[in-house]
Amino acid sequence: MTTRLKAFLRFWYDFVVGDDWRVAVAVIAALALTYAVSTTSLPAWPILPAAVAVILPVTLWRAARR
Amino acid sequence: MNGGALFIAVFLACAVEAVEALTIVLAAGFGRDWRSAFLGVASSLAVLVLIVAALGPTLTAIPLEALRLVVGGLLLIFGLQWLRKAILRASGLKATHDEAAIYRDELAAVQAAPLHRRGLVTDWYAFTLSFKGVLLEGLEVAFIALTFGANQRNVPLAAFAALSAVLVVAVAGITLRAPLTRVPENAMKFIVGIMLTSFGIFWGAEGAGARWPAGDAALLVLVPAVALFAITLVAALRRAGSRAVSSKVADESPS
Repeated sequence: MTTRLKAFLRFWYDFVVGDDWRVAVAVIAALALTYAVSTTSLPAWPILPAAVAVILPVTLWRAARR
Repeated sequence: MNGGALFIAVFLACAVEAVEALTIVLAAGFGRDWRSAFLGVASSLAVLVLIVAALGPTLTAIPLEALRLVVGGLLLIFGLQWLRKAILRASGLKATHDEAAIYRDELAAVQAAPLHRRGLVTDWYAFTLSFKGVLLEGLEVAFIALTFGANQRNVPLAAFAALSAVLVVAVAGITLRAPLTRVPENAMKFIVGIMLTSFGIFWGAEGAGARWPAGDAALLVLVPAVALFAITLVAALRRAGSRAVSSKVADESPS
């Protein structure tokens, strides 16, 4: 039973999070920052594009180094 | 996003997944037993229909802002995964998806497995192979169709796009009786990665409370910008790769 539950959780982890968990963490952090900034008078829309501009090269660089 | 863009985005994403599922089913059918392979396909489609029928109405009942935050975030994580793999493939750092090679490998593996009968299923191996293959690829199809459809409050159109893609690929596969090697799968995956990432950025930011300048029209800038950025990264990785090879050759050549 535990093995099946572990396999089930592992499947969903691989399905959603994939090869680099740092991408998921960075996206969640960027969404939280967007929410925080959206409660102020500052524009919040540039945060996610900027996050992608950083996350993507970093994860590719890590994959290329392997 | 209008209906046309929703249809194209879901159709392309689902067609790619359907091509991969078709390769597995063909290997199970030709290599083992067609009846068991078709039973596997029918069973996994039934499971997928249940999932979509259960989640579709639930998703559309969630307030749009909360839905966009969760779905936008998931779509962005998912899209960045696709784009990462597509860029690595396009830059030569990861083997490109070759349906002919995958089919050959699958066929060799299925022919070596022993025969087991269970209930109505004459070949359990062929059944489970096509069941798992279609279910796994189908889950991605269901995820994309549901997230895009729910965000646009148009799940039926997204489901229609997904079904059309599956139908087109299935008819092509039945006609050719071979894996669809001529489908530009790697290019399609690259485009889908760009679309998932762009829509993930757009919906995620909206869900988190940001307001885009020009509203929905921001997507007309976002999609080309993500595409240009991805192409630039491919070029940079290719340059870095060829520099690494040149310096290795220079190191190894006798002075």
